[in-house]
Amino acid sequence: MLRFLVRRSLGAIVILLIISMVTFALFFAIPADPARLSCGKVCTPENLALIRHSMNLDKPVPEQYWDWLTSIFVGRDYSAGHCSAPCFGYSFDKKEMITHTLLDRFPTTLSLTIGSAIIFVIFGVGTGMLAALKQGKAVDKIASSASLLASSMQIYVAGPLALWAFCYSTDWLSLPTYVNFTEDPLGWAGGLLVPWIVLSLIWTANYTRMTRSSMVEQLSEDYVRTARAKGMSGRAVFLRYAWRGAMGTIVTVFGIDLGVLLGGAVITETTFNLHGLGGLAIDSYKQSDLSMLVGVTMVASFLIVLFNIIVDAVYAMIDPRIRLA
Amino acid sequence: MTTQAKPEGATASGGSSSFLSVRDLSVRFSTEDGVVRAVDNLSFELEAGTTLGIVGESGSGKSVTNLAILGLHNPVNTEITGSIKLQGQELVGATNRELEKLRGHTMSMIFQDPLTALSPFHTIGKQIGETFQKHTGASKSEARDRAIEMLTKVGIPQPKTRVDNYPHQFSGGMRQRAMIAMSLVCNPALVIADEPTTALDVTVQAQILDLLKDLQQEMGTAIILITHDLGVVARTAQNVMVMYAGRAVERGTVREVLKKPQHPYTWGLLSSMPSLSGPVDVPLTPVRGTPPSLINLPTGCPFNPRCDHMEQVVGGKCTSERPPLSPQGGHATACHLSSGQKQDIFIDQIQPRLG
Repeated sequence: MLRFLVRRSLGAIVILLIISMVTFALFFAIPADPARLSCGKVCTPENLALIRHSMNLDKPVPEQYWDWLTSIFVGRDYSAGHCSAPCFGYSFDKKEMITHTLLDRFPTTLSLTIGSAIIFVIFGVGTGMLAALKQGKAVDKIASSASLLASSMQIYVAGPLALWAFCYSTDWLSLPTYVNFTEDPLGWAGGLLVPWIVLSLIWTANYTRMTRSSMVEQLSEDYVRTARAKGMSGRAVFLRYAWRGAMGTIVTVFGIDLGVLLGGAVITETTFNLHGLGGLAIDSYKQSDLSMLVGVTMVASFLIVLFNIIVDAVYAMIDPRIRLA
Repeated sequence: MTTQAKPEGATASGGSSSFLSVRDLSVRFSTEDGVVRAVDNLSFELEAGTTLGIVGESGSGKSVTNLAILGLHNPVNTEITGSIKLQGQELVGATNRELEKLRGHTMSMIFQDPLTALSPFHTIGKQIGETFQKHTGASKSEARDRAIEMLTKVGIPQPKTRVDNYPHQFSGGMRQRAMIAMSLVCNPALVIADEPTTALDVTVQAQILDLLKDLQQEMGTAIILITHDLGVVARTAQNVMVMYAGRAVERGTVREVLKKPQHPYTWGLLSSMPSLSGPVDVPLTPVRGTPPSLINLPTGCPFNPRCDHMEQVVGGKCTSERPPLSPQGGHATACHLSSGQKQDIFIDQIQPRLG
């Protein structure tokens, strides 16, 4: 296991380096000139050169990349002040250290993800198992149609509807806001309840469908029939055999979904006016704040790579046929 | 629950007191294309401690019959009629709870492909011990000891360490041995072996069959051996039933059926099998045509489209009337040919080919 983790971590570092290079190169390919944008309407060539110099844009691209990369580990000095490691650069648009902005936005995304993940895993997997158990019966049909309906719903449709139903017309729940968990846990939960409900409604549907189909598949496996042939009760066959087999798929998909969600739920954040990583990515894109965009991309990539390693490790624990080496 | 796990003796009202008695069994599946008559009016008996070989092509209803005995068909799309009595206890229509108590305990099954039939997620010892725990109420450590004992019995080397292995760490032959150990862990009175050697290579096949035979002698188990390999039947069974399109077409002792077969389909099966002692230059003759669709069976004798001897039956009965399996006991066939005709055809045309 330890060897696996070391090996995969080294692999992950290589992957992240490649991602960073691609991302870095990409933003020099975008036609927007960051120096020109921050120069303003009346822009003299001297002024532009000055800004370009302060933004490090006058250096060759590989050198800029190298500066950016080393600053992650050792920090860097900007005219605006010192940026301590891990430093992802300085945003001339926000006039802020990028690390600082990321740390400011991440808790919102994290809270949004964790809250809805708990809801959608419990309800999605639960409903899926129930549907598989009652295959072909009314419960199954209702669950299947409802999940098809919910998963074809879009957040920008379900979101405003939920806001109208819970907040504007009834006042049952408070409008979505982010309150720091450590300051006010109840306010934190209350402020995120509506986004959690909407986000998990759609994801629950996916997990219902996935759980149902992998359970149905497992239930028709030969080894499940063997378990029945040796007199195991329906319950033991369902939980000890079929569920064991279905778990691998579900854990894999969940791990990857979690990584993606933690990288920022763009539409959800925009719909509910929450300021997480997804919203930050969109803002930076609109403002051509390319160094910020690189920072967000790196955080998202890191999370996805991290969760992939976790998924592989957990999968090996579930399925003894997988050998980690 | 008052159901006895192992009812003593047979006290069936019908008077017949065989160990396993299948009467007029029909199994039908409803599918999108129509009703599949997988087993149609099948009757047979099995005496305690003996082996019955069931032979036939794929789709002849061998496996379906045996899954019906264990009650493993999906009740949603399966209709089972007739009667299956094991030691006097009726199994058709028995509740799941009753069947659960019998499965693995009084009757058990050895499946064809042990790689897919064993759970990849549990150790061999767990899978064997679990059955024992369930039916005897033994503790975990007792079940483990029993699993080691069973693995020793089926000839797994170093059973004390092997008990903690997963199926993928076993070879094909060892997996089938483990499967046998699992099915015999509660000393069942009936074991159904569904093509237990098909997935194995020939040398291992012989070992597995010998093992089954030895264990049968030791424990007095009755065995139903499903196979399409007549050689396997000759080696292990006392009685044979040949199935075609969900029905029995020939039944008798191994000697009778393999040495003096009376049904055109059995002739076909035997002629398509190579024999070491047979003439080298005589080509093998497969049964021509393909098995019929079980949704839309030919009228009359279901074998008539593939039969070479139809013109010898007077009045075209082969296409109009279904031949019953007769006589009632002993060596019986379901064919319109007279017994004299069968005798002559076999001696003149079939026997020379078999050598």
